[in-house]
Amino acid sequence: MSVQTAKTANLENAETMKQKKKWLTTNSMYHLMMLPGMIFLLIFSYIPMFGIIMAFQDYIPAKGMLGSKFVGLEHFIYMFQLPDIGQVFKNTMVIAFGKILLGTFAAIVFSILLNEIRVKFLKKSIQTVVYLPHFLSWVVLAAVVINMFSLDGTVNQMLTFLGLEKLNFLGSNSLFQPLLIGTDVWKEFGFNSIVYLAAITAVDPGQHEAASIDGANWWRRVWHITLPSMLPIILLLAILSLPNILNAGFDQVYNLYTPMVYESGDILDTYVYRIGLLGREYSFGTAVGIFKSIIGMILIISANEMAKKYTDRKLF
Amino acid sequence: MVENNRISARIGRIVIYTIVISLGLVCLLPLWNIVAISFSSSEAVTANAVGLIPVNFTTETYKLIMEDTQFWRSFGISVQRVFLSLLINMVLIVLMAYPLSKSKRVFKGRNIYMNLLIFSMLFNGGMIPTFLVVKNLEMLNTIWSLVLPGAVQVFSIILIMNFFVGVPKSLEEAAIMDGANPLQILLKVYIPISLPALATVALFSIVGNWNDFFSGLIYMTKVSNYPLMTYIQSLSISIEEMLKSGASANSLENMMQVSNKNLNAAKIVVSIIPLLVIYPMLQKYFIHGIVVGSVKE
Repeated sequence: MSVQTAKTANLENAETMKQKKKWLTTNSMYHLMMLPGMIFLLIFSYIPMFGIIMAFQDYIPAKGMLGSKFVGLEHFIYMFQLPDIGQVFKNTMVIAFGKILLGTFAAIVFSILLNEIRVKFLKKSIQTVVYLPHFLSWVVLAAVVINMFSLDGTVNQMLTFLGLEKLNFLGSNSLFQPLLIGTDVWKEFGFNSIVYLAAITAVDPGQHEAASIDGANWWRRVWHITLPSMLPIILLLAILSLPNILNAGFDQVYNLYTPMVYESGDILDTYVYRIGLLGREYSFGTAVGIFKSIIGMILIISANEMAKKYTDRKLF
Repeated sequence: MVENNRISARIGRIVIYTIVISLGLVCLLPLWNIVAISFSSSEAVTANAVGLIPVNFTTETYKLIMEDTQFWRSFGISVQRVFLSLLINMVLIVLMAYPLSKSKRVFKGRNIYMNLLIFSMLFNGGMIPTFLVVKNLEMLNTIWSLVLPGAVQVFSIILIMNFFVGVPKSLEEAAIMDGANPLQILLKVYIPISLPALATVALFSIVGNWNDFFSGLIYMTKVSNYPLMTYIQSLSISIEEMLKSGASANSLENMMQVSNKNLNAAKIVVSIIPLLVIYPMLQKYFIHGIVVGSVKE
């Protein structure tokens, strides 16, 4: 056994020796192939990372990063003293968590129901329709949502028709978060159901037949066969969605919110944009951005570790 | 008992069909309403009379769009951006995914590159420093500010890298025998065999670039340079006005805002036509892509 291994190793060595010169050119060619991309990565990902220095300065564009005064952790301390940031942080978590939880639930339920549709044409048509919103920009969908939910929109017309009070979905702090969560679930549930549907169809139909013969009704079969078979993928996706807890959806919020609902609608990203970029508080905005980035990084790494531990899969 | 079961099964099926069809309609009808509005007269739209069928059918809005130079300018910028990004993204994806698909024994330094890519995904300088870099490179108000910051699509590179890892080694060995160099192997062996996977990431690029409004918003200081989605977004800036319109429809400004609703709806409809054209492809490859791709065993 060991002789054989040694023999193979020798052979491999000889092979390597023969290819030594060739290997060098191959290897340098690999480096060359990486080069253009790495240059872009350097300019647009790594150089901006040095921008985090701004968070420790009183950055003044005219003076540049070299000329601006260092102020240490002042912006971070200021950030934690602001009453705003607590609210913004809370909004971000509530909105993101609501979207993940309800979105997952809706996608799972929809995939189970869709699997029961036996009319092929109908199933295909419904899939085509429910996947569509996923591919549309929030710019477009915001117009659709505003058209539905504004004071004289369709939903309020229905409420009036039913003899109920009109609701100011887009302008009231108590309704804005549910609106964000609901419309995001609406946009994504169809598309998210694809993965779950794949898991359901992978189940051996024999299991369902056997259970039926044993007298198990539909509910029992869903509960004891379908759901357990989906559990690994549900767990995996739940873990992988963890890092998104700080991404409550800039595009959606930005396109739907107004000063009236800043209190409930402002999330970390919109806050950085509004205060940092529009308000030209470059240093403060960057400090908030770093805060978000660091928590996000911790979450991604823990999600990856958890995924490895519990599901044998990983992101990277 | 059996009879009962059969009846309840039938009722159950009716309930399920009803729910699923309703969900389909919930996705479709709000979009369809916009289409109906775009074909209706301003008076009908202002009176909230438009449901699913256009009222006082007119193609006036679309005629107005035909003459709207800013709309087509923005449309052109978006088309240009999509093609440039697609080209640059795809070239970089295959160029980087191929060496990265080799083991670190074959490609010395492979893991350093890989870690640099992953770290760039985990941590970034954020909105403001990136903006300042683009500004200092004097790319503001140019098409490059929309294309180059997103040149390296790490997620797509990893997806294609994983796909390349699965390509049978014998194919490459045969090509090496024929004296092919890595670039030739990539072009003649790997790319032809990975076309479906490449189509998936190409579609990521197209959809992402077409739909993005934010780069245009921060990198373009002149409205005339806006890509289409940023332009459409700027139309609906006065949401507040619309919100108030229910209460104080007598103000002239509000009246104008409301009567523009059908024109804006038509602009939205035209803006999603390119996506609808490639939608059959999107459905086919995205579904394939997300089921197989993204996570590795």
